[in-house]
Amino acid sequence: MTTTAPAPAATREALGPTLIRLQNEGHDLVVVDADLGASTSARRFKNEFPERWFEFGAAEQDMFSAAAGLSTMGFTVFASTFAVFAEHAYDQIRMNIAQPNLNVKIVISHAGVTVGEDGASAQSIEDIALFSSLMNFRVIVPADVVEAAAAHELAAKTPGPFMIRTGRSRERVIYPDGVRLQLGKADMLREGTDVTIVAIGTMVTRALDAAETLANSGIQARVLNMASVRPLDEDALVAAARDTGAIVVAEEHIALTGLGAMCAQALATKLPVPMEFVAVPNRYGESGTSSELMEIMGLTPEHIVSAAQSAIARKR
Amino acid sequence: MVATTQPDLSALTSRVRQNVVRMVYAAQSGHIGGSLSATDIMAVLYTKLLRHDPQKPDWSERDRFVMSKGHCTPVQYAILAEMGYFPVEELSTFRKKGTRLQGHSVLGKPGGVDNTAGALGMGLSFGLGISLGARLRGMNDVTTYVLMGDGEQQEGQVWEAAMAASFHKADNLVAIIDRNRIQNDDFVEKQMDPMPIGEKYRAFGWAVREGLDGHDFAQVEEGLTWARDTKGQPACVIFETTKGKGVSFMENNPGFHGAAPNADQFAAAMQELGADA
Ligand SMILES: Cc1ncc(C[n+]2csc(CCOP(=O)(O)OP(=O)(O)O)c2C)c(N)n1
Ligand SMILES: [Mg+2]
Repeated sequence: MTTTAPAPAATREALGPTLIRLQNEGHDLVVVDADLGASTSARRFKNEFPERWFEFGAAEQDMFSAAAGLSTMGFTVFASTFAVFAEHAYDQIRMNIAQPNLNVKIVISHAGVTVGEDGASAQSIEDIALFSSLMNFRVIVPADVVEAAAAHELAAKTPGPFMIRTGRSRERVIYPDGVRLQLGKADMLREGTDVTIVAIGTMVTRALDAAETLANSGIQARVLNMASVRPLDEDALVAAARDTGAIVVAEEHIALTGLGAMCAQALATKLPVPMEFVAVPNRYGESGTSSELMEIMGLTPEHIVSAAQSAIARKR
Repeated sequence: MVATTQPDLSALTSRVRQNVVRMVYAAQSGHIGGSLSATDIMAVLYTKLLRHDPQKPDWSERDRFVMSKGHCTPVQYAILAEMGYFPVEELSTFRKKGTRLQGHSVLGKPGGVDNTAGALGMGLSFGLGISLGARLRGMNDVTTYVLMGDGEQQEGQVWEAAMAASFHKADNLVAIIDRNRIQNDDFVEKQMDPMPIGEKYRAFGWAVREGLDGHDFAQVEEGLTWARDTKGQPACVIFETTKGKGVSFMENNPGFHGAAPNADQFAAAMQELGADA
């Protein structure tokens, strides 16, 4: 029997089909939209459950505040838009959803620089920092379309606010259908003893490729998928520091305030080791294809390889 | 009919006004002006229209009250206490360390507070969400009342919500505007006049009542009842009020939007409000 690798897919594609499945399985969902449901894939839910779908037009502030109000009537509310347009309603998310700890699941798609040609204004590189600064929010960055479906299901089953970050570019699928995602648990995708690469989202497959390259020169890299950014799996980080003595954090987000900064903060008090950061170098983007942008921003497997070598070189 | 109920309301509203001034004086901070302008509206709403049960603040089929101008907690807490949601004595903890009664409304603290507020402009959207949810649940008796300021009408989100509410035909949603003509720094007209508000809501697809006296119990009841019973579209009722109503030197005085009275002013205010010496 031959098995063919699944076709590459964008993490955004999981939303609509998963919402339909969850509603069919007995969840009590309401889905709100701000004129981007076709792109986020949420709109497919509308065809199946039109009465549970509320359109707010291009009015994100209204949508997020209304989502909060809807959730007080006992619904599990999914609110989605592009990442940059969720940022447009930050105060609404903070005061109406985070502070009262309401049951709203925010799925932000088209995140990062891989959104590509639309250019800098469309490229959200600060959303992980923004949402991680909101108390009560769980922040999930799935690595592929299968894990994205798992993230939506986890969010539907777990009371309280979630942010789930998805992307537009088609990426390699690494997880088998039906995989589960655990809150606050990193997934070790590859065992290693010389260095650990902690990666999220689009950087997970690149981390796996980098580990392959490193193995060719005799370096054994551990790869952790840190999809659950908040809560963060500090135990896995400490174990990585202890077992491998060097850590690289790879993310499609600005270095200043992203996952790397959070991991460094966690390790600084527990078990500091040499760390390197593969992230957007604190600048705004530009137009280009997604792979061109990843190259420009230094987010390729090659960049991870050299970061790993630097971190290892700094070990004592 | 009206004659028999109005004395009760007068007694209630003067207790509430006294408590508003007491709370802000004790905390030496808080918002008196917009609390006193909204007192009569709140009293009529809570005693005549709102379907609620202070013993069961989580009753799912209750009407909802959304305080969009979340700085006006003094009147909100004072009314909730009078209704029996919590002891009136607790009002003295307002804005103090460890209190449930924060400076701006916090959902569920205490029970009876249906939204978190403080940043202006969000309440109508939040109320719209409740209204859509109530309709989807088939709770056809549930009405959601949202109280906003007139300065608050400058917030763009108010108009996003206004647009969406009429599109979704949320006729279980009532917008109440406390038209006290003053905002934070100055008279609304001088700051950045959003008038005419009524015409705007009409243009956005709402049924609108204007020109009612927000300190006349009968007119307030009439306006709110009309708004609640409006079908097919959301309804907005704009009450003409006086900021600082009931205390002569606070009336129409932008200085008493968010400032606390000193000891002399406190004594004078309490006397004007008929408090026992
Ligand atoms: C988003 C936001 N911006 C600014 C403020 C500061 N602020 C508090 S009250 C107020 C004026 C409110 O005026 P109005 O709506 O007329 O209220 P009222 O007169 O009833 O007190 C302002 C600007 C705020 N609370 N929220
Ligand atoms: Mg005003």
